[in-house]
Amino acid sequence: METATIEITEGQLDEVFGALADRTRRAILARLAEGEASVNELCAPFAVSQPAISQHLKVLERAGLISRSRRGTARLSHLEAEPLREAVAWLGEYREYWEESYERLDELLGAIQEERSARTDQGRSSS
Amino acid sequence: MTELKVTAEPESHEVRTEREIDAPRDLVFRAFKEPELLAQWLGPRRYEMEIDTYEFRDGGRWRYIHKDDQGNTFGFHGVFHGDPSPNSMVQTFEFEGYPGHVSLDTVVLEDRGDKTLIRTGSVFQSVEDRDGMVQSGMADGMREGYDRLDELTAKLVANS
Repeated sequence: METATIEITEGQLDEVFGALADRTRRAILARLAEGEASVNELCAPFAVSQPAISQHLKVLERAGLISRSRRGTARLSHLEAEPLREAVAWLGEYREYWEESYERLDELLGAIQEERSARTDQGRSSS
Repeated sequence: MTELKVTAEPESHEVRTEREIDAPRDLVFRAFKEPELLAQWLGPRRYEMEIDTYEFRDGGRWRYIHKDDQGNTFGFHGVFHGDPSPNSMVQTFEFEGYPGHVSLDTVVLEDRGDKTLIRTGSVFQSVEDRDGMVQSGMADGMREGYDRLDELTAKLVANS
């Protein structure tokens, strides 16, 4: 179950999560997972202008999620998976531990409260 | 559904969490205070929880062990500081797999009528310690191999 919110206020992780907050940028990353691509190639599947894609690529580059190189006149983007892996692993594990603990706490306290109210009802009916 | 909020600022020594629980504060406090209750909720289900020592008082020691089904054990221990109360439960926390790296943890239970907000703060000795601890996932065995990007993006999409 994914119910957690993630809040990071500054720095590299902030950049990473900020970059990932956009659907188009996530789609770009998914495309780059298949291999490097030029801006034109990246424009093709999206109903977005080339300057808009370039803007998204800048954000991704700043977050360290992609790197860029030149081939002739084309600028190619490459996926850099490490910051992504780190960001997910870093918060994911901590969050998982506590999310699951608190789910169990919900269940436990729910059961205790039910038991309590059952006892109260019993007390009432027998008195 | 209540949400767990995790705040971890880069370059900071601290991790904070917030989570609302649908139960009154006295009951939530019991779940922290009584080891037989604590053992029923703290940690992921896949770990068996064994509480070795639990002296819930100023200067009291605590130690518990998570065991996975492969027979791996992950011990944690620390000391309570100040008389634990719903307003403040302060303790040191050390993962035995990473000895000498200690965090100072504070839990505050905020009364919200029928509900309770649990706030936690963990202050580590350094940013590296904090990241190391969080990254080790409280226990090495928790790490999953996030090798493939589609797994990663699926998770991130779900989180966003």
